[in-house]
Amino acid sequence: MSQPVLSLNNLETRYGQIYALRGINIEVKESEIVALLGANGAGKSTTLKTISSLIQASSGSVIFQGQDITYDQPHAIVEKGVIHVPEGRMIFKELTVKENLELGSFTLQDNVERKKRMKRAFEMFPRLEERQQQMGGFLSGGEQQMLAIARALMTEPKLLLLDEPSMGLAPIIVNNIMDIIRQINKEQGTTILLVEQNAKAALKLAHRGYVLETGEIVMEGNADELSKDESIVKAYLGE
Amino acid sequence: MALHEVLLQQLFNGLLIGSFYGLVAIGYSMVYGIIKLLNFAHGDIYMIGAFSGLIFLTIAAPVIGAGWPSLILGLLISMTLVGLLGVVIQRVAYRPMLKAPRLSILITALAVSMILYNTVMIISAGRYRVFPAEVGTESFFIGTLRLTETRIILIVAAFSLMFILHMFITRTMYGKAMRAIALDRDTCQLMGIDVYKIIAITFFVGSALAAAAGIMAGVYYGTIHFFMGFLIGLKAFTAAVIGGIGIIPGAMLGGLLLGLLEAFGTQIPFIGTVWKDVFSFAFLILFLIFKPNGLLGRSESERM
Repeated sequence: MSQPVLSLNNLETRYGQIYALRGINIEVKESEIVALLGANGAGKSTTLKTISSLIQASSGSVIFQGQDITYDQPHAIVEKGVIHVPEGRMIFKELTVKENLELGSFTLQDNVERKKRMKRAFEMFPRLEERQQQMGGFLSGGEQQMLAIARALMTEPKLLLLDEPSMGLAPIIVNNIMDIIRQINKEQGTTILLVEQNAKAALKLAHRGYVLETGEIVMEGNADELSKDESIVKAYLGE
Repeated sequence: MALHEVLLQQLFNGLLIGSFYGLVAIGYSMVYGIIKLLNFAHGDIYMIGAFSGLIFLTIAAPVIGAGWPSLILGLLISMTLVGLLGVVIQRVAYRPMLKAPRLSILITALAVSMILYNTVMIISAGRYRVFPAEVGTESFFIGTLRLTETRIILIVAAFSLMFILHMFITRTMYGKAMRAIALDRDTCQLMGIDVYKIIAITFFVGSALAAAAGIMAGVYYGTIHFFMGFLIGLKAFTAAVIGGIGIIPGAMLGGLLLGLLEAFGTQIPFIGTVWKDVFSFAFLILFLIFKPNGLLGRSESERM
């Protein structure tokens, strides 16, 4: 039994007096894609923000590769190899595509390595190479999402946290993004925790999944089990 | 002098004074961009720069003289020390207030300003002090333009500093991170950027540039005073607003433009030198009414 890459133990997060997470337990194993599903406001984004320390946990712990990172500073967590692509992509719209990618490798001191990784990003996303001198804000939604993922990969993360990568994108683009995520997982062995409202797309991709409801895990299982489960089909996959 | 000769002379004067404004405005604008603070103590940092230059020259004069070599050395040392002072002020006074309401940190900045100028007032006994630089004051002419060696060196130095800053913010990772933090602090943290470290670097750079401007002003005007930072603080604020506050090239542009406006403004009949400050602040008001985002700023609605 290998040790999980990431485990959340009784993790609790509050906004003031309001509980956003009520003691959740999640495990992500090496090279797995795990989907975290749930409706709006269930606490999916809060879970990712708590892992990356944008929000402080009020109790419980976040263990990454055997190390407790619950109370680390956000930048220290990135240095350990966990990178969070936030909801809404959050690229720097007033900086060029190239500058966005460079900032993705901020923790890297070595300029030669930076160039190498940039080259690899461009091989993976040729659209970005064409547009490298343009401002991030001029990209289309799909391209912005690609930039956000490419920027995250500049650190060569061990664990990638993706928050709603399909949000606001046309179905064909969603397929495209999902293929890219699968490719990252297969080719680089990157472990991925994927938050999605689009449960159908997420479960096609993921190995396992968790369902979050008002701050609690109400269900967990293999992706194909979950996609057959009646209550999930009803609640998140449509008829 | 013919009118075009006067205007040429004023163009040079305006660029020289404007470059001082620009150097101070950069710090104002950078700090606003990164933590949304109008750092009222920034003018006092300029004043501290001038006094630290004076102290250095007083100590160094018997050993290495008070000419250009010792001025340049003093400039570098003062920039470093005042830069560090900026970092300390940031750490002690501003950082604990970063999560407090905006007004609290603004009041803190006023307090820091008072502490700085009152301290220097006590030390300097509140008197004007002669800046002891021994540099060429003989004038010569290029065509009809009256120049001195000092003025040429000052303007070259000021523009060089602006150029170095420009390279820093566009070419280095720290400079890029600085611009990125101004856009989105949370996302920067997710890139592994230590936001507090970048804020500290911003204060260092801004304070060092203000110190440089202070020393240059000492050389240019010949005397310095504990309250000299007040007016230039307001002028730098004006310059930053004209250029678009938070935008670094805007601060340089705004500074130069303000210097030129003042220089040419004094040539308008009935306005004259005495009204110079009224003239600049009238421009501030006009900009705040008609173009509050400044020359290089985009409007909030476009920014999304």
